Amino acid sequence: MDLSASLQGLAGGVLIGLSATWLMATLGRIAGISGILGNLITQRPKGDSAWRVAFLLGLISGPLAIMALGGGLGNVAGSPGEVIGAPAGGVGLMLVAGLLVGLGTGLGSGCTSGHGVCGLARLAPRSMAATAMFLLTALVTVYISRHLLGLGSI
Amino acid sequence: MNSSMNSDVKENDVKDSGVKNSSAMKTAAGYAAGLLFGLGLAVSGMTDPARVVGFLDLAGAWDPTLIFVLGGAVVTTFIGYRLVFKRSAPLLGGAFQLPTKQELDTRLLGGAAMFGIGWGLSGYCPGPAIASIGGLSLPLLAMLVTMVLGWFAAKRLA
Repeated sequence: MDLSASLQGLAGGVLIGLSATWLMATLGRIAGISGILGNLITQRPKGDSAWRVAFLLGLISGPLAIMALGGGLGNVAGSPGEVIGAPAGGVGLMLVAGLLVGLGTGLGSGCTSGHGVCGLARLAPRSMAATAMFLLTALVTVYISRHLLGLGSI
Repeated sequence: MNSSMNSDVKENDVKDSGVKNSSAMKTAAGYAAGLLFGLGLAVSGMTDPARVVGFLDLAGAWDPTLIFVLGGAVVTTFIGYRLVFKRSAPLLGGAFQLPTKQELDTRLLGGAAMFGIGWGLSGYCPGPAIASIGGLSLPLLAMLVTMVLGWFAAKRLA
């Protein structure tokens, strides 16, 4: 096990938890990415959009700030210090994956952040069920695609 | 402990609390939350799909990083929420907006199942996909476009 990668994971996880705590403390909102941005894009809620746009800009600027700082604070597998890793597949695979992620998080009311982080922290039964379900199908998908079909070149 | 009604009245009476309700403060708070989240994803390595797929690949060279990220985030949020919910309302006004639905219905479980397949194929969930825009590539752009289309489609089906 790569200890420094794990410690960076832990540190990053704490930052994500601080973000979720801060958003609830100040605006009273769940830090769920698919909810914050999905609702912004599909509904453009009046009087409730500015903070969502600001959140989006902050989310994109976080990794850029780490890159600008230098000093190798990123945690890309195989190239320590790099911040943003390469996609796991080509355009075709990603078109399919994106549709599944968008449709799935839209119908299921949340993703890894809303259900996986905030929902589990609230001990919400719906989020526990959703997290168990998406972890299960993701594990099975990776097993089938990488070990039975030989897809994925990373 | 104040009742929420009383504290609302008091807050409105305080003259120097004009900034409390300003939309600029709310926007700044939203930016700070997004920035912290993006920093967390970058430092933890979740902006690298290989780390995510490595975690999901139990039969391969298993990468435990994601469990540290999720563990750190859930424990921090668990403690943080407990402190936050000691107040009756958010610092910048309004009310805590928490999901009230309880049913484990087909939409929830079916949606989560679909999401997991897409997550496993790409190694991207919505946060890391968007946070990686600074290193935009054609495959990532393709994913972002269909993810947004998927959100619209889910709205239609609602």
